[in-house]
Amino acid sequence: MKTLVFVEIADNKVKKSSIEAVAYAKAMGGEVTAIALGTVDTADLAALGTYGASKVLHVADSKLNQGIAKVYASVLVKAMQEEGASILVLATSSLGTPVAAQVAVRMDASLATNVVDVPDTSSGFVVKRSIYTGKAFAYLSLTKTKKVIAIKKNAAEVKEVGAPVAATPFVVTLSETDFNAIITKTEKATGEVLLPEANVVVSGGRGLKGPEHWGILEELAKTLHAATGCSKPVSDMNWRPHHEHVGQTGVKVAPQLYIAIGISGAIQHLAGVNSSKCIVVINKDPEAPFFKAADYGIVGDAFDIIPKLTEAIKAAR
Amino acid sequence: MKILVCISHVPDTTSKISFINQNTRLDGNGVQFIIGPYDDYALARAIELKESVSGTTVTVINVGPADTEPTIRKALAIGADDAIRVNAEPVDSMFVATQIAEHAKGYDLVLMGRESIDYNGGVVHSLVGELLGLPSFSPVMKLELNGNKVVMAREIEGGKEYLEASLPLVAGCQEPIAEWKIPNMRGIMSARTKPLKVVEAKTIDLPTVSQKFELPPPKSAVKMISADNVAELVTRLKNEAKVL
Repeated sequence: MKTLVFVEIADNKVKKSSIEAVAYAKAMGGEVTAIALGTVDTADLAALGTYGASKVLHVADSKLNQGIAKVYASVLVKAMQEEGASILVLATSSLGTPVAAQVAVRMDASLATNVVDVPDTSSGFVVKRSIYTGKAFAYLSLTKTKKVIAIKKNAAEVKEVGAPVAATPFVVTLSETDFNAIITKTEKATGEVLLPEANVVVSGGRGLKGPEHWGILEELAKTLHAATGCSKPVSDMNWRPHHEHVGQTGVKVAPQLYIAIGISGAIQHLAGVNSSKCIVVINKDPEAPFFKAADYGIVGDAFDIIPKLTEAIKAAR
Repeated sequence: MKILVCISHVPDTTSKISFINQNTRLDGNGVQFIIGPYDDYALARAIELKESVSGTTVTVINVGPADTEPTIRKALAIGADDAIRVNAEPVDSMFVATQIAEHAKGYDLVLMGRESIDYNGGVVHSLVGELLGLPSFSPVMKLELNGNKVVMAREIEGGKEYLEASLPLVAGCQEPIAEWKIPNMRGIMSARTKPLKVVEAKTIDLPTVSQKFELPPPKSAVKMISADNVAELVTRLKNEAKVL
């Protein structure tokens, strides 16, 4: 069995979710080839060997720095064919998911997204998916010879299993007609930990009373190397940008630690955080429904607790 | 202009999910079904475009058994002109996309939600686009028409991407592309007589087969910590939960 892994790049670095995809492919067994498209740090790319890739391909064309899914899909189809790979593994993301779908159509492959665990191949090929926005799981048998698997965060444990592998250039002629859109502008917060990839997330709700009070929350997040999130009302009132909105209709997160401050815990918010390993809720209302979904809770005033928590974390380091 | 809006028929976001038949079927007992919230945004944007571009028609399509018809009627009440129901269980994303693609030829714009909130595949728009040979984009949070040109904003990790493409295309939508619309009495009355065509599904060799569902293990009780002892939380996160 040969598996191709699509490696996503952000700020010239390999995304953490793509390292997980390599680890996932390795855990499935068989041979793993990773492929990156666009400009990327070479050492970062070579390090994919450490996590399980036996071969690393790179298409250095800078036209690939902007992620037009159709262009990426064409390159991946060609790579799968040339490498004789029957499975494509990638991370569920704003680029990975559409790419997965387009490749699946062209390769006549079985497609599964939001996959949370390595497949069970004892009888057929069965993957476990997260459904109902984290409220349940489905076991899905992938019946086609070719398969495209888009994994959710934490689907595989990242382990150092090998040595770095220098990337081999992969030559491909890009088709002009694949550039089916013009990306006119990209607005991206820089230097921040990306919310879907973060191991720790600190979120604030209406309990913080206004956007001017986010400083203490950001300070706490910085201390924890965490990403900041928010509840839907906070994003709706434009206190924080929409890409920080965690919940049913926003970003779904799956960090090791989720800290919710001043968020009552509407079921729509819980739907975005229920894949977190550990949930801490800080709220002045002891009746806040979020406490029922939490691992640890503190009843108290956000403006009192947040600075204390920041100090306690610094002291514990 | 002809717009096709694909709607899913899904449990309300506040539903408690449980399964029957040896965990092979959702227990629909007591569950309220709605138009998928993301699809509702797509529908609202389609109706806005219909109101601003004269001669625009909006058709809704759903792949589902007869019990989805109240959901389809609601979309008609919101302002769609006619509807198609493909009479089949939406068992697989490729299956659903194939049905939609069968009926989507000739439309200028195919809109739907970024994902259905039951199976969360998030791929039907991309599959439909690829099956029809049309560009597809998702999650689109802004969509404006300028003649044949479509100006969009797409949410990406940590920000936004602005892009331009040409009609025809497929878009998976999310907030704040439009404000949800609530049907008024006139809409509800007229929806009863709007055309709803029922068609049989095209059979395909299913690429995925659902085996069973499972609920996550129950969560253990919350451990409360005194507001005067925040340091204890840090100790517990470190030594007990091992997440720091």
